[in-house]
Amino acid sequence: MKYLDEFGDPDLARRLLDDIAATVTRPWALMEVCGGQTHTIVRNGIDQLLPEGVEMIHGPGCPVCVTPLETIDRALAIAATPGVIFCSFGDMIRVPGSHGDLFRVKSTGGDVRIVYSPLDAVRIAQDNPDKQVVFFGIGFETTAPANAMTVQVARRQGITNFSLLVSHVLVPPAITAIMESPSCRVQGFLAAGHVCTVMGMAQYEPLVAKYNVPIVVTGFEPLDVLEGIRRTVRQLEEGRAELENAYPRAVAPAGNPVAQAVVEDVFSVCDRAWRGIGVIPRSGWRLAEAYADFDAETRFDVSGIITTESELCRAGEVLQGLIKPVQCEAFGTTCTPRSPLGAPMVSSEGACAAYYQFRRLEQPA
Amino acid sequence: MSGPLDITSWSCPVPLRDHPNVVMGHGGGGRLSAELIEHLFLPAFGRTPLADVLTQLGDAAVLDVPGAGDSAGVRLAFTTDSYVVHPRFFPGGNIGDLAVNGTVNDLAVSGALPLALSVGAILEEGMPLDELGIIAESMGTAARAAGVSIVTGDTKVVDSGHGDGVYLNTAGIGLVPAGLALGPGQVRPGDAVLLSGAIGMHGIAVLSVRDGLEFGADLITDSAPLTPMTQALLGAGVAVSMMRDPTRGGVAATLNEIAHASGTGIAIVERDVPVPDAVRAACGFLGLDPLYIANEGKAVVFVRGADADRALEVMRGVAVGRAATRIGTVTSEHPGVVVARTGIGGTRVVDLPLAEQLPRIC
Repeated sequence: MKYLDEFGDPDLARRLLDDIAATVTRPWALMEVCGGQTHTIVRNGIDQLLPEGVEMIHGPGCPVCVTPLETIDRALAIAATPGVIFCSFGDMIRVPGSHGDLFRVKSTGGDVRIVYSPLDAVRIAQDNPDKQVVFFGIGFETTAPANAMTVQVARRQGITNFSLLVSHVLVPPAITAIMESPSCRVQGFLAAGHVCTVMGMAQYEPLVAKYNVPIVVTGFEPLDVLEGIRRTVRQLEEGRAELENAYPRAVAPAGNPVAQAVVEDVFSVCDRAWRGIGVIPRSGWRLAEAYADFDAETRFDVSGIITTESELCRAGEVLQGLIKPVQCEAFGTTCTPRSPLGAPMVSSEGACAAYYQFRRLEQPA
Repeated sequence: MSGPLDITSWSCPVPLRDHPNVVMGHGGGGRLSAELIEHLFLPAFGRTPLADVLTQLGDAAVLDVPGAGDSAGVRLAFTTDSYVVHPRFFPGGNIGDLAVNGTVNDLAVSGALPLALSVGAILEEGMPLDELGIIAESMGTAARAAGVSIVTGDTKVVDSGHGDGVYLNTAGIGLVPAGLALGPGQVRPGDAVLLSGAIGMHGIAVLSVRDGLEFGADLITDSAPLTPMTQALLGAGVAVSMMRDPTRGGVAATLNEIAHASGTGIAIVERDVPVPDAVRAACGFLGLDPLYIANEGKAVVFVRGADADRALEVMRGVAVGRAATRIGTVTSEHPGVVVARTGIGGTRVVDLPLAEQLPRIC
């Protein structure tokens, strides 16, 4: 099929792999930031096909995985409130909070709905004026513009029974946090292509300069990922550290100015806790003052939440690329997709779920 | 009922404890469904004369007919299925023909020649009668096309708001010829895994018209009776080990169930699984895997390796199997696990889905 088959072509994949193998002279550790790329790598077995010495460290780029437990618990509390219709992307429905998940809220009478577009939630609010409709606005820069548009549309149309529970996270501060970590082994990054489709590439220039690390903007099909790896390895072997765009069919250097303007209008930068990692300064977006009346956190009294995280779960180390999922003692035993201890076992982009689904036959290293 | 249920009396309540209420995943055909059956229904339904038939969990139960005289050795296949599809009309069909073909196919893949169906209709107050008429006509047409008779039925009406227009249940009986033994117990390493055609069409056709998700997919449901193909295979004397129609949970769930039940491993080649462009496109943007999407007119057929080519020839000679192809092989390695060789040459486990797939966030 056009634009899919070409980017999964086995002969071209082989040629890229041969090129990488011919380039590599010593071990390199690369991080793919985005969970979508982790999924592609593990689903297609790219890490098995790479030459020995090229290691892929899976980054924290699964928005479902890094959404803080406190926010999930807030979502569960709001969703269980009578008179509320709680709308969410499908992925979030099964993410474990301290007590249960949104599926469980739904099974005990909560009105929890999966929507495919955030604007569907606004329409639901319009159709149900006697209900409070809340949309769970999570994700990286990718989902932010569409989520931001909901409150713009709601305000324009005078819809007052709609609010947004926001927990947006940003990629560049996460790369900073990883590079500043004393245990950091990452020598090059595949940047998340679709984040750059929205935000452009300029934010990554200072990171390349400051940390002298190659960053290659990379897409999501098998050949995209291989090309991103090839370019990163080439830079490392040649002693270069540059910002490159290996995904020009979707990423313009300036990004999408219209989307950026929407985000600028609706959100403001804030410190954000990342589940399993901790607070990263200026790494998130919350609703700007001008839209504070659409903030679900203030509309519903969901303060005083006490969270309990599993003691066995090592999601934080997985998300920081310090261990592979199979190295966690709970992996596949006490933690499985049907009873996940941490979010990475839930989302299809979570590293643990990807390994459980596709790599269970492998023994821990 | 006196007092609360004592769930500790269930065989192993642990897997059910996480969800004290029914969740949607219990009906998704994946791991949660299997656990509900294994831990709640099977223990409760045990200790009857034919309980061992139930525990085989086949598409249809195959029963000896007591007192019918076993000289012919013909046995009775018996199956039931309920249909709650939403929306009830979708590209290429509706809940009515689905309810007939689905039950016919459960009989067909058990090796039976379908004989008769029952229909139970649960109607919601307010359901337009002209729509019900169209659905009933579709059922009649589908039954005639499948060579099966609807011979008994039941109608109930529930208050407005307590149903989704119409729910249908069909049960069916069919005749299994003497000496025919199909099932996971027959599957051996070296068997070829055949698929009767392209996958994902029914699931994506329904999704494409679902509320809030209308997208223009150039696709119709594959809902169709499999009987002509299954009968042709058996009639040709092909060494069939077992057949199954990969409905809920798709080809992935079906292969996992067979690997598990037969104690063998299954290795498939991902590129050999035919996926229509429209299915691939829809799965791509929704973040779904075509291997897990429902089919309603496809069969997965296990045959002895030596008979693979002949089986394909027979399958392709029937309309419903025209695009039949081989997708894999049964192996003694990794028993109970399905492994796929990926498009670019890696390998991965194809897991039993937990429940229905959830659309990805981005």
